[in-house]
Amino acid sequence: MKALRNFLDNQKPHFKEGGKFEKLHSMFDAVETLLFVPDTVTRKGSHIRDAIDMKRTMIVVFIALLPALFFGMWNIGNLHYLSAGESSTLWNNIWYGFLKMLPILIVSYGVGLGLEIIFAQIRHHEVNEGFFVSGLLIPMIVPPEIPLWQLAIAVAFAVIFGKEVFGGTGMNIVNPALLARAFLFFAYPGDISGDKVWIADKADAFSGATPLGNALVGKFENLPSVYDMFMGFIPGSNGETSTLFILIGAVILLATGIGNWRIMFTVFAGGYIMGLLFNLWGENAYMDLPAHYHMIMGGFAFGAVFMATDPVTATQTKKGMYIYGFLIGMIAILIRVFNPAYPEGMMLAILLMNVFAPLIDHYVIEGNIKKRLKRLKTVTS
Amino acid sequence: MSTAYKIKKGLDIKLLGEAEKTIVDLNAKRFAIKPPDFIGCFPKMLVEEGDLVKTGTPLFYDKYRKEIKFTSPVSGKVMEIVRGAKRRLLQVIIESDGKDEAVDFGKTDISSVDRDTIIEKMLTSGVWPMIRQRPYSIVADPKVAPKAIFVSAFNTAPLAADFDLVVHGKGTEFQAGLDILAKLTTGKVYLNIDAKNTTSKVFLNSKNVQINQFSGPHPASNVSVHASRLDPINKGEVIWYAGPQEVVSIGKLFLEGKLDSERVIAFAGSEVLHPKYFKTNMGARIVNMASGNVTGGTNRFISGNVLTGDQIEKDGFVGFYDSLVTVIPEGDYHEFFGWIKPGLNKFSFSKTFLSQFFPNKKYRLDTNLHGGKRAYVMTGKLEKVFPFDIYPLQLIKAIIVEDIDLMEQLGIYEIDDEDFALCEVIDTSKTNMQQIVRKGLDLMRQEMS
Repeated sequence: MKALRNFLDNQKPHFKEGGKFEKLHSMFDAVETLLFVPDTVTRKGSHIRDAIDMKRTMIVVFIALLPALFFGMWNIGNLHYLSAGESSTLWNNIWYGFLKMLPILIVSYGVGLGLEIIFAQIRHHEVNEGFFVSGLLIPMIVPPEIPLWQLAIAVAFAVIFGKEVFGGTGMNIVNPALLARAFLFFAYPGDISGDKVWIADKADAFSGATPLGNALVGKFENLPSVYDMFMGFIPGSNGETSTLFILIGAVILLATGIGNWRIMFTVFAGGYIMGLLFNLWGENAYMDLPAHYHMIMGGFAFGAVFMATDPVTATQTKKGMYIYGFLIGMIAILIRVFNPAYPEGMMLAILLMNVFAPLIDHYVIEGNIKKRLKRLKTVTS
Repeated sequence: MSTAYKIKKGLDIKLLGEAEKTIVDLNAKRFAIKPPDFIGCFPKMLVEEGDLVKTGTPLFYDKYRKEIKFTSPVSGKVMEIVRGAKRRLLQVIIESDGKDEAVDFGKTDISSVDRDTIIEKMLTSGVWPMIRQRPYSIVADPKVAPKAIFVSAFNTAPLAADFDLVVHGKGTEFQAGLDILAKLTTGKVYLNIDAKNTTSKVFLNSKNVQINQFSGPHPASNVSVHASRLDPINKGEVIWYAGPQEVVSIGKLFLEGKLDSERVIAFAGSEVLHPKYFKTNMGARIVNMASGNVTGGTNRFISGNVLTGDQIEKDGFVGFYDSLVTVIPEGDYHEFFGWIKPGLNKFSFSKTFLSQFFPNKKYRLDTNLHGGKRAYVMTGKLEKVFPFDIYPLQLIKAIIVEDIDLMEQLGIYEIDDEDFALCEVIDTSKTNMQQIVRKGLDLMRQEMS
């Protein structure tokens, strides 16, 4: 540890301005601060500071994602062997899934972090930890059979046009991970929709349709049981099938206070109420689908827990959070039931509300401003 | 007779090294008045090094408000006039002759004295700067009649001095000071006490004021918090405020005709061996408090509390308005994988460290920033330690982009940089919020004058 510190201190001058590796300064800085919390002390204002920093915040989200990630790996293996009609053990399944996901994770982190470091170097910033989470989110919301070159392009697009053009993490309008998925969805629809992509090396005879895929074409009799959908034994994107394991992540996020309960709760509430409203209307079979089915199908739970709660792209005022979450839930179900082209509405609902979040905040803050003006008028009159 | 207000949002940071309630004579030889303590003041010197001064002799005045004079807290000789970069005046150091000869400003009958005489007397004696105004926290403008005056009889900041102890036995002077303040405002004088911990008769028996009880975590004792509940500051309105020791000084000026610069200062913090109170005068040199009484490591000496105080040297001087000197360890070390540790001994408002399960634990906290500066990512956290109907992050952003109108609309007049101290502590992005808010307030002051 001490030797490592000394090594870093010895190498540091080479990475400073004028040093032989000055172009790698941001990379060095990222590695150094990863290994050691810097020795910076307070200079202005409060002399003591909270132990939490961006790295701590992001590692909590990262940990919250792990249960769903490991289940996803198991599920990839399980479905693969199931489709092939072979029996397998727990570890076989996980190992198969791990091998499937490893290249996806490597491409996601490699491309994303590479771009982050380049931008940090150009801007003379420290490398932001935001992609630490985004880099894991993206592999979890794509199918196991996603072509890696497509993934690389999508990640690059999301990082550059979703984040860096606005000034980096904290300044972006829409969620970069969802933007990557939206990019894949519209640029290469064949590889991210349909019945063939959700099970790795699927045997042709086996139906690989997701619950949402079945619902879209009206095959409600093919829907898996509520238990299977809740547990996640269904085809779908890598990490988003198991509502149970996503909820374990939600508990971690809420217990640590990193995730926002207002948004999480209202997304589920909005979706459920929309489901109930459709039940009342009952025009077709999809509308008659019990409201709780919507919560456990597709990416609804994953979006509610990990995507809608992204603090940068969500609303930032308390009142705004209720409105934002509720509308995401409602719009997601609305798109599912009414749009014949897209089986899933969660991604589009969140991206849409990301764009409207600043507007919602604007009106909430306007209310605060008006209250202040009113007080002034009552004083002066 | 008194109304109770419960402050829900906030945070008490529990630190080791609270001052024991005994008062010792400091016997300081040197004292200093530090112009940077007075926000927006452009000092013009009236004395030179070597001049002999009495207690109450003017040392300098404010270039833009010539009537406001700053006087010597003790009698003796002007030792040194310390200037910094661009010849900025930093300290005027006086060496005490121990005689305590004071300029006689004459006794006054408090019941019959009029407002103009009061102000005149306070200005010439140098007592005036003890009253500050909101917005901006500058020395009060004698030409303005404030809509209310606030006196906070308690302090919820970490390790803060116990004002009950500090004013002990000074009931007559304190009441005289309150009577004077009552003549300066068109509205009320609010004396705000701690609902639980204020027990001193000096405060509880005060007359000619409205007594209000406050309870809850820090910043429950901040003037802005009191004003927000009792009499919110609108655009164009001004309130004044002063601390209990300052009120005693005001009272003494009229009762005895002399500048009273006596102060009781708490010396506290995890690095102090015997934390206790010292009796001395304003601006005392802390060397006698610290010598042989602090631990050996690299320490930070702070005049004031750890949230809002100013860093001083180990032989520096107590600030004009401060009643506390805190000593904590410096945090200039690298911590191996510090951000991933379970954190049993780490203080955090967030619930991401194991220490959250020990809410009553007292900490030895150092000055490490615990991370790097980032853009604002987390939301909804600052509001939990910010007990105002104001959006803190939005206001901060309005200040950063220097949008004067928006700052005003979002309520910048109602707050001060000290109100953002807790936000700054818990900020995941490690920005200097108090500095940003001060910049915003300075900008407003320039625009409005």
